[in-house]
Amino acid sequence: MVGHIQHTQTDSFEPKIVAFVCNWCTYAGADLAGTSRMEYKPHVRIIKLPCTGRIDPLFIIKAFEKGADGVLVSGCHPGDCHYTTGNYHARRRWIAFKSLLEFTGIDMKRLHFSWVSASEAIKWVDLVNNITDEVKKLGPFVEYKGLCER
Amino acid sequence: MPRIGVFVCQCGTNIASTVDTKKVAEEMAKIPGVVYTGDYKFMCSAPGQDNLKEIVKEHKLDGVIVSACSPHMHEKTFRKACEAAGLNPYKCEITNIREQCSWVHHDPTKTAGTAKSIDLTRMTIERLKKNKSLSKIKIPIKKKALVIGGGIAGIQAALDIAEGGRQVILVEREPSIGGNMAKLSETFPTMDCSQCIMTPKMVEASLNENIKILTWSEVEKVDGYIGNFTVQIRKKARYVNEDLCNGCGLCIEKCPFKATSEFEMGMSQRKVIYTPFPQAVPNIPVIDAANCPKIQKDKCGACAIVCGPKCIDFKQQDTVITEDVGAIIVATGYQLMPNERFGEYGYGKIKDVISGLQFERLASASGPTGGEIRRPSDGKTPKNVVFIQCVGSRDEKKGVSYCSKICCMYTAKHTMLYKHKVHDGQSYVFYMDIRAGGKRYEEFVRRAIEHDGAMYLRGRVSRVYEKDGKVIVQGADTLSGNQVEIEADMVVLATAIVSKEGADTMAQKLGIGYDKYKFYNEYHPKLKPVETVTAGIYLAGTCVGPMDIPDSVSMGSAAASKVLALFSNDQMARETITANVNRVTCNACWDCLVACPYTAIEKEEVKNRQGAVIRMLARVNEGVCQGCGVCVAVCRSKSIDLRGYTDEQVYAAINAF
Repeated sequence: MVGHIQHTQTDSFEPKIVAFVCNWCTYAGADLAGTSRMEYKPHVRIIKLPCTGRIDPLFIIKAFEKGADGVLVSGCHPGDCHYTTGNYHARRRWIAFKSLLEFTGIDMKRLHFSWVSASEAIKWVDLVNNITDEVKKLGPFVEYKGLCER
Repeated sequence: MPRIGVFVCQCGTNIASTVDTKKVAEEMAKIPGVVYTGDYKFMCSAPGQDNLKEIVKEHKLDGVIVSACSPHMHEKTFRKACEAAGLNPYKCEITNIREQCSWVHHDPTKTAGTAKSIDLTRMTIERLKKNKSLSKIKIPIKKKALVIGGGIAGIQAALDIAEGGRQVILVEREPSIGGNMAKLSETFPTMDCSQCIMTPKMVEASLNENIKILTWSEVEKVDGYIGNFTVQIRKKARYVNEDLCNGCGLCIEKCPFKATSEFEMGMSQRKVIYTPFPQAVPNIPVIDAANCPKIQKDKCGACAIVCGPKCIDFKQQDTVITEDVGAIIVATGYQLMPNERFGEYGYGKIKDVISGLQFERLASASGPTGGEIRRPSDGKTPKNVVFIQCVGSRDEKKGVSYCSKICCMYTAKHTMLYKHKVHDGQSYVFYMDIRAGGKRYEEFVRRAIEHDGAMYLRGRVSRVYEKDGKVIVQGADTLSGNQVEIEADMVVLATAIVSKEGADTMAQKLGIGYDKYKFYNEYHPKLKPVETVTAGIYLAGTCVGPMDIPDSVSMGSAAASKVLALFSNDQMARETITANVNRVTCNACWDCLVACPYTAIEKEEVKNRQGAVIRMLARVNEGVCQGCGVCVAVCRSKSIDLRGYTDEQVYAAINAF
């Protein structure tokens, strides 16, 4: 039933994706993509945080609840964290949190965790394009939408 | 209700060609709390900023959104403009609709770009509604510096700071300052005598009233943060009263016992009460307690008998002194990789296989041979000397992956020194590549080869062994394609430069980063080469990686200039993006304390009127906190928040998505 709905909506479906990125690496990498006039799909809305270590897993749940069809989390490569170890916390938290999200029924294809450095504009472009395609294929994520209003 | 103004920038056509800025402005006007919107050609221009200031005043705005380029570009500009208009700078937020929107979505119909700009600006408006007025944190600065390491980099840094009129404490682990440079004979490429240029600097440092030199001392503990460090320094027992000693040297003369000299790299003996070398600063001897019969077995005591000012004190103990400083320069230097790791070169087994630093001592006029090149085994003058390059360097399997940078140059220098002292001698150099990048460096190597007849052989040495009083070196000459065997009298190994023993524990005391070879990490390898991630701690010299004397001196001066700039103000203002604790809900689980990368979380005791501790609380030291927010995400009771990135602000942005 759910699969059927998703299929019919895919054709004109423009997904909404939230990206939680760190200020020092991925945000700067995304800026570089702009400065280099690269092009990528326009479905991502970036929320900047100082570090991926600042990301509360509840931000991700909230984003899904508010209508995100996909979520992207990206920070500095391991070892390159501006705050020396913040991204290790993010990585550990992600590993623990991932299985919980899977358990609650979120398709892991809707959620990407990545490292994009300030010089990896191409990686950022590919990442955004890939997650957009993937989420488009999956269709809208409706299960969590308006959860608190129900 | 808030009074927010939204300014959408066209950036010429940079934004306007793919984003309908007018429409963005119109849409934003529909949001509750937005009382003013408009779009402009260039917001960052002087007229653009003036316009912003006027509108802030005219409409009595309490919040400003500028939808323009990346905040990395002009956040400071617009926050300053708002401040000039009487608004708290943290009530101004930037929406990035250029780098992350107009420049990456090339749709000429402007549909995608406009839709995204509207979303992004709306999210920023909702976030702004939750912004609080913040003020910069003011930190008092203690205008006194600590320099750790008394080599050339540390001495230079100390001298520069002292000349800038500030006080410096120079801590050195050994009995004298001088470091490795004091051991060198001559220096490339100018061939001036190392001690001739070094010792005047050492004396200058000792005479400067602003410099307090603590030798035979080690930094034990570092607490605090930029402008306000508290350092504990262990002064090891010298057994000589420094205040009384006049440096006459009679004790050294009369001491009947000897031990191996560390300064001479084990090639000669020194007395048990000693100064490492004649020009030592301070010129105060130290007793080698492990080898002193008086201290060990209460026998002898000759030094105390002859000492005029009666300054020998066999009962002296280590003392720990505490100093408050505002900045720290780390200049702990390097050491050579232990040659014992290279059995195929016979080091440690064959007496006439020595290290580059040992050769420096042989060639030095103040060295164990008085500057004559005589080999260690029988004191004969070697007629054939083989120099082997890259011993441990550029050798990931047995040594280190990096190039030690100075060996090509000092080996060329060695061949020249050797030729100048032994005219009929022949030197051979086995090398991988000659790396002579630097002012007048390549010419220097050419001079060694062309003028002083050093025979350079490109290839590696496979084996070094002893036969009939000769040291046989087997190796390859890859340019001629032949195996070569040289009957040498002495072999000199250019061993890899490695980080100083204990470099990692020192880094942990200071809270600075280091790489896998335990060299210290710069804040940024290109743009912040003397800063560390810990504010107020700077780097100089070979503790960062292999480098030559000019580079070490430059770094020492650079670090000193950073310290002087810091000390030019009584207070420093810093970003207020720091964590703060909700004192009502904190339950002292210390998850934040464990997670914090900066040890910025402290335990606070809450006491009752009788002075008994009734509760514990986490407290953020704002001087140390760098605002990463790791503590916020780990807090179970949601009792820590990050100013500027509060949960409320982030959720507001997500809700508006």
